[in-house]
Amino acid sequence: MHPTERAEPTGAIKMKLKTLLAKHKTALVARWVDSIVETYPPETAKFLKNKKDQFQNPVGHTIVAETKNLFDQVLEGVDREKATPFLDRIIRVRAIQEFTPSQALSFVFSMKYIIREIVGPEIDTEALDQELVDLEASLDFMALVAFDIYMSCREQVLDIRAKEVQQNAYLLLRRANLLVEKPGPRPEDS
Amino acid sequence: MDTKPEFKPGNFLYAGKASALETVGLPNPRDWSPTDDDWQLPADWKGIVHEGMAERLQRFRSFKLFMDVCVRCGACADKCHFFIGSGDPKNMPVLRAELIRSIYRGEFKTAGKILGKLAGGRKLTEDVIKEWFYYFFQCTECRRCSVFCPYGIDTAEITIIAREILNLIGCNIDWIASPVANCFMTGNHLGLKPHTFKENVEYLLDDIEEYVGVRIEPTFNRKGAEILFVTPSGDVFAEPGIFTFMGYLMLFDHIGLDYTWSTYASEGGNFGFFTSHEMMKRLNAKMYAEAKRLGVKWILGGECGHMWRVVHQYMNTLNGPADFLEQPISPLTGTRFENAAATKMVHITEFTADLIKNNKLKLDPSQNDHIIPTFHDSCNTSRGMGLLEEPRYVLNNVCNNFVDMAPQVIRENTFCCGSGSGLNAGEYLEMRLRGGLPRANAVKRVHEDHGVNMLSCVCAIDRAVFPALMDYWVPEVGVCGVSELVANALVMEGQGEREYNLRGEENPSYKPPAEDEASAEAGEEGEE
Amino acid sequence: MIGFLFSLVAVLVLVGIALVGVGGLGLKVLFGVIIPYAAVLTFFAGLVYRVVDWARSPVPFRIPTTCGQEKSLAWIKPNKIDNPCSTGAVVLRMVLEVLTFRSLFRNMKLDYREGPKIRYSSEKFLWLFAIMFHWAFLVVIIRHMRFFTEPIALWLQTLEHLDGFMEVNLASFGVGLPTIQLSGLVLLGGVTLLLLRRIVIPTVRYISLAADWFPLFLITGICLTGILARYVVRVDVVKVKEMAMGLATFHPVVPDGISVWFYIHFFLVCVLFAYFPFSKLMHLAGVFLSPTRNLVNNSRAVRHVNPWSYPVKTHDYHEYEDDFREQMVEAGLPVEKTLEEAEAEKTAKETPAAPETQETEEKREE
Repeated sequence: MHPTERAEPTGAIKMKLKTLLAKHKTALVARWVDSIVETYPPETAKFLKNKKDQFQNPVGHTIVAETKNLFDQVLEGVDREKATPFLDRIIRVRAIQEFTPSQALSFVFSMKYIIREIVGPEIDTEALDQELVDLEASLDFMALVAFDIYMSCREQVLDIRAKEVQQNAYLLLRRANLLVEKPGPRPEDS
Repeated sequence: MDTKPEFKPGNFLYAGKASALETVGLPNPRDWSPTDDDWQLPADWKGIVHEGMAERLQRFRSFKLFMDVCVRCGACADKCHFFIGSGDPKNMPVLRAELIRSIYRGEFKTAGKILGKLAGGRKLTEDVIKEWFYYFFQCTECRRCSVFCPYGIDTAEITIIAREILNLIGCNIDWIASPVANCFMTGNHLGLKPHTFKENVEYLLDDIEEYVGVRIEPTFNRKGAEILFVTPSGDVFAEPGIFTFMGYLMLFDHIGLDYTWSTYASEGGNFGFFTSHEMMKRLNAKMYAEAKRLGVKWILGGECGHMWRVVHQYMNTLNGPADFLEQPISPLTGTRFENAAATKMVHITEFTADLIKNNKLKLDPSQNDHIIPTFHDSCNTSRGMGLLEEPRYVLNNVCNNFVDMAPQVIRENTFCCGSGSGLNAGEYLEMRLRGGLPRANAVKRVHEDHGVNMLSCVCAIDRAVFPALMDYWVPEVGVCGVSELVANALVMEGQGEREYNLRGEENPSYKPPAEDEASAEAGEEGEE
Repeated sequence: MIGFLFSLVAVLVLVGIALVGVGGLGLKVLFGVIIPYAAVLTFFAGLVYRVVDWARSPVPFRIPTTCGQEKSLAWIKPNKIDNPCSTGAVVLRMVLEVLTFRSLFRNMKLDYREGPKIRYSSEKFLWLFAIMFHWAFLVVIIRHMRFFTEPIALWLQTLEHLDGFMEVNLASFGVGLPTIQLSGLVLLGGVTLLLLRRIVIPTVRYISLAADWFPLFLITGICLTGILARYVVRVDVVKVKEMAMGLATFHPVVPDGISVWFYIHFFLVCVLFAYFPFSKLMHLAGVFLSPTRNLVNNSRAVRHVNPWSYPVKTHDYHEYEDDFREQMVEAGLPVEKTLEEAEAEKTAKETPAAPETQETEEKREE
């Protein structure tokens, strides 16, 4: 089966690794937040991390809140339905910022390195290699979902651009019968 | 300060066309693109910029003072919506100002000339001009930073002057230059000729007749009317602005106002404000000139942000004194608008609030029951005027469900739509989505918490750009002008069944009446 | 970072100059009389020059930043301070701005967090440090007036008394240490915190120039040498006063036996005075002149005049009607001149063709 057609969530990771990751959750999530925030210039990064007001720092607030949710998804097994809103909130921002697609999405993969960096030694000592492979597969799946979201955001930008042109000259187009769809009942137009 | 901006699709605005610049006699008309290596600046561009700066330092205490007194405390750093939404540190207001302050030091101050970079100075080069173009057309002149600055340093003022200087060497953007040229020749930004303007309005009158059941007959260019009404031209053709426009038509008919539209002064907005003080004056002159020609007593102005910054803080200075007009008095309530005693122009929301307060409107707010509106304070009317309570008072009287956003993002703290000051061009969508993110984020919160489904505003640019912003960030939230909600709630004399709203959509709040009054539908109702 | 190092080195060099000048070369008259007079002269002349220079540029437009409800309808309560509607209100706005740093304080009010946890953000610190620094500086300056006046005014003595909070406690140790003056410590604390803030917060570090570091280091230097002179070196206050009175009464004297540490302190103060008018420290005077703060928001009620206003070229109604007369008549719009009148006039005058108009994406032409 093609990985993106996975209807079921990726299997929940095994107990031992899960316990291990849960134990290090704070550190792992913090590093994950850092890895995203560090894709911005350092002056901005500090602002994104430190300013806690959700209204005055929507980007930082989103990153902090959603990485936590995504991490729980990693522990539970990635479910497309459930992971989408969390991923969407982060990617929706990055899709319109000054990032290439790979830069915008690299944060999903960086979790792999973060896990190896922080709990790597313990994985080795407890021989959890196979469990780690499963975990990485589910992160790969998350990356694929992320890619879909990124593309849909970009497509939406294109759609909006086209729609806006119509809206800005709405009446002129309507008077000229050039609108594709006419809102509301206008019997004399048809 | 050293990294050069990279012009990439979505992050820069197209250059002003030669033809537009020629129409209004702006210097160095040529067809060019910001992505070009050679911007075809005039041979003596350095001299022109230097002299332009020197002249403005002498003319504007604001500019001179703001060049000198900044202590770089950083209070403004995170107040800019473009910084918050784009993460580009050069969008910190202090650094936007440093772009020109560094030239001021390097070219005008002894210490900067000698010590150069150490004293925060640098020399004028073509790269500096490119950087100015990139960042001064990435400021919406919203003044939010100015609120938090201990010395009131207003980046809008610096941007206004920087753009004025850029215009001296022919560096303007198409979305400003073309509307300016159009407005100069035809009286409005889209270049609607007089008959087209009138036909557009008539089309909207047909819609009103169809959905409301009332035929309204406004007048155009009529001499001897009591009041001249001026509103941004965007509302005559763009969605959802036209519904606000229909709102004005219905309101004035409802109260039997003796007023007229002008096809010559058919633009309240003033993109000259985004070009230079001189261009602002040239375009703004039409309002008083037309008021004088038509012999009206005073002027009423529609919902618009920067139009009101110009009307409130500049118009009388630019083109006054308006001694041929009378101090505005509401013909319905007798209220004297003391605050408009000299300029003789009243904001529609002030006017409507006064009507409601004096019970001059027959309102049925339940017609808006399916709408849970919040209100976006426009930057210009909040930080360059102080119109905060009037729209809220009106909204609370025409709707039953008004909800405000969080206190740190409304009133004087309001976040910009991200597209003001002429940046609302299609090619700039990505940047606008970044700049609009803080505002959209606040709307999202009230949408989730209170089910807000309508973002109301008193600005034509807001109405033009918020639909895109909402589509991307908070789908399911619509956009409307306050006057559209007023019109929804108005009980017009002789009206038919209000099964449809002004947009031609079925009105979910419509309740079929009891038998007796239902027969009076689609009555012929002339003006007054 | 070059600005940081340059400024630090510059202040150290200044200390060195005084140390060598007085300690090594014994140039007491230079450092005790000539430089102080020159510095004070520069300060006042520079201050006046800069303010006059600013004032020479007019305020062509009335552009207050309004931060509250305007005065409009009688039944709507205006926010008189943040959107001043009278001169009195402007004065109040300025007083609050200058004395309490109201705009900076706004940052504090705005920091809004979820949950009950109270934490302090950089902006709160900024306001707090700024208040500490500026008020302490003011008290310190006033306190130093004791050196220049005789007899010492009662209010000045009271201030000193209030400022010397640890007087009793320390005296009980019997060490005979001079009274600890609170203001000096607060000033040192404030300037250090402002300095640290500039170092620690990346955004603020990024925007900082040599012109920001230098005054901070200089004032730190002044504080340290002042404290050193008072508490550690214990300079002879009576002689210092003799010298200060000499300067104040224009009969300068240079008493012997004043420690070089005093001269270093004094020299740094002189440098601050001389540097002041040419630096960002001029915000002291600039804040009073800021057009976004010191103007009444009444531009619709009272006409504001632009002194350099000049006539501009407009496209007047008659030109407009000439461009579109035919269409206007056809559309039933009233015109000033009928088509015939206009035609007759045209043939009479032989006017050139109307300028080309901007055609837009208008789609339908009937």
